[in-house]
Amino acid sequence: MPMISNILFLIITVLAVGLFIWQIRKIRRNINLGRDKEIKGSTAKRLNKLILVAFGQQKMFKRPWPAILHGIVYIGFVVINIEVLEIVMDGIFGTHRALSFLGPVYSALMAVNEVLAFLVIIACVLFLIRRNVTKVPRLTRGPEMRAWNQLDANVILITEIVLMLALFAFNTADLKLAAISGEELAGSFPISNLLAKSIHTTHLAGLEAVRSVGWWFHILGIFAFLNYLPSSKHFHIIMAFPNVYYSNLEPKGKFTINESITHEIKAMLDPSYQVPPLPEGVEPQKFGAKDVEDLNWKQLMDAYTCTECGRCTDVCPANITGKLLSPRKIVMDTRDRMEEKGEHPAIFKPNYYKEQGEPRVKVTEEKTLLRGYVTPEELWACTTCNACVESCPVNIDQLSSIMEMRRYLVLEESAAPAALNAMFTNLENNGAPWAFSPSDRLNWADNLFVNTK
Amino acid sequence: MADLMARGEEPEILFWVGCAGAFDDRYKNVTRAFVRILEHVGVKYAVLGLEESCTGDPAKRAGNEFLFQMQAMTNIEVLNGYNIKKIVTACPHCFNTLKNEYPGLGGNYEVIHHSTFLQQLINDGKVRVAGGEAFKGKRITFHDSCYLGRANGIYEAPREVLAALDADLVEMKRSRANGLCCGAGGAQMWKEPEPGKKDINIERTEEALATGASVIAVGCPFCMTMLSDGVKNKNQEEQVKVFDIAELIASAENLNA
Repeated sequence: MPMISNILFLIITVLAVGLFIWQIRKIRRNINLGRDKEIKGSTAKRLNKLILVAFGQQKMFKRPWPAILHGIVYIGFVVINIEVLEIVMDGIFGTHRALSFLGPVYSALMAVNEVLAFLVIIACVLFLIRRNVTKVPRLTRGPEMRAWNQLDANVILITEIVLMLALFAFNTADLKLAAISGEELAGSFPISNLLAKSIHTTHLAGLEAVRSVGWWFHILGIFAFLNYLPSSKHFHIIMAFPNVYYSNLEPKGKFTINESITHEIKAMLDPSYQVPPLPEGVEPQKFGAKDVEDLNWKQLMDAYTCTECGRCTDVCPANITGKLLSPRKIVMDTRDRMEEKGEHPAIFKPNYYKEQGEPRVKVTEEKTLLRGYVTPEELWACTTCNACVESCPVNIDQLSSIMEMRRYLVLEESAAPAALNAMFTNLENNGAPWAFSPSDRLNWADNLFVNTK
Repeated sequence: MADLMARGEEPEILFWVGCAGAFDDRYKNVTRAFVRILEHVGVKYAVLGLEESCTGDPAKRAGNEFLFQMQAMTNIEVLNGYNIKKIVTACPHCFNTLKNEYPGLGGNYEVIHHSTFLQQLINDGKVRVAGGEAFKGKRITFHDSCYLGRANGIYEAPREVLAALDADLVEMKRSRANGLCCGAGGAQMWKEPEPGKKDINIERTEEALATGASVIAVGCPFCMTMLSDGVKNKNQEEQVKVFDIAELIASAENLNA
């Protein structure tokens, strides 16, 4: 006979998972606003990247301290999920510690769990200090880091601490109850054991209440957290994996080639060249990107993967020297614009940073990604050096989006800075970006061989 | 190249001089130094001369895909016309564009940056760097170019070339994959920087000067201009020189006469 609480638990689980799937579908639709992008390159290479960069967190280790702390929280997240599985099983079937039949494996698992949970609390406290006390610049500064982004980060860290504390409360009360009733509890709980030994109460109802509240709080907290993810930078814990899998395998210096332009030029150079007709129902695309639907789905997926860590902006030469460009802002702008144009994943819409305070970047009233969010001044500050791309722990390609918007400015609006237009003219007329005569191209060789030949 | 073709000969390599190599007064020295090395080791090489045109890199990076492809296709026609197989260039921008962007438009060549080429010459013992006395114990720092390093993963070749000089190679705070751009990439070379608190080349020069090196070695014409300007800006041009790795090898081999 299932008890009321089991039925209630089942309903809550179904609702929580259902709500999460509903949100994911909205995000999927948003990402699908983007253009098609063919995925080339070997699956083996992609899997290799996935293992190294996503599972192995290879790129985090450019900065050892955050890497170690993040590693603890990450491994904690993975391992504690096994306990969450047990909690769900217990919740649905009314069992108690359903996985305890694993014997010594279970003991080891629970012990590792407890140690990790403890380390996660320490890591989260240190992370909170980095954000709120020492105020690490890349985490706190920049026009894109508004009140919401700071709040979001703190909500995540505090939730993680509270969830771990709930876990300890449950385990400790469970141990104490077992000790009082003289039963032996399966599993090994190094930290809760210490806690249980320091508590001398024998108040059964109180202990049962703590156990029950700890248990419910932990699992309800996890369900709430699950549904908070799609609105948060913390969504990276899911998106990092597909995003790394689909990351660019080509050399970073290789930019995409626009094929419709290739056809046009071939036709110009050779009048007999037949431009292949567009498939029926397909409209000619504009050159470059003005809005989110002009970017490809991978670039939009990038935006949902960004965890706002600011490593890209921190290494951007333009940003370092005080220019307006912040690669992180471009990515966050893309996400905001996508949700403005498409759908909000959740019931509420917290992702905006534009609404709070006066933006430093003066955008226009135009409701497009370019100009409405990202200004030409930001785009023209980019040296295409790929430092941002190199630095991103989850393989976001900030540069590709910047380039698409530059292409729009130049090809659709002829809105390049005057100096660049002069360079274009030189290139066209002289075959060099400088205004030199092509006939002087061999002048460097004058007198070169006088001594040797 | 046209001369060789007329004689019915094919070169081992085509030396792609690039616009800076052809027109920039300072950088012409690098072109000459590299040609002297080529002559010294007896590689059969050719240049396109008046038939060479910009690869289109600055147009591409500035977003002018149309102009880039015009340049690329014209160059590819010339290169394919001469049946070119192997290209060496001293400019990482030319290198990147020829190597990575031309294949998509029908231009397939083995493209080598001169740092890799020089490294091979040293490894093969063709360049012996004459005991290395000219540079022994001198502090040299190498500035990674974005389009050589991050864009194409070439970090070690230029360093090995410098190591052969027996100099004291010191690294800047940001180097290799973490290197800082000189500020000229992405067509910045041809425009004023956007407003900010500092120019990028100054930031990078400060980093280079902080190593205490008396030579800043580069492998890119833009980096050379930007860092030379930076050194001048800091009034250090008497104490600190900016040289391309080809110039350093040429002077170590006493080829600069």
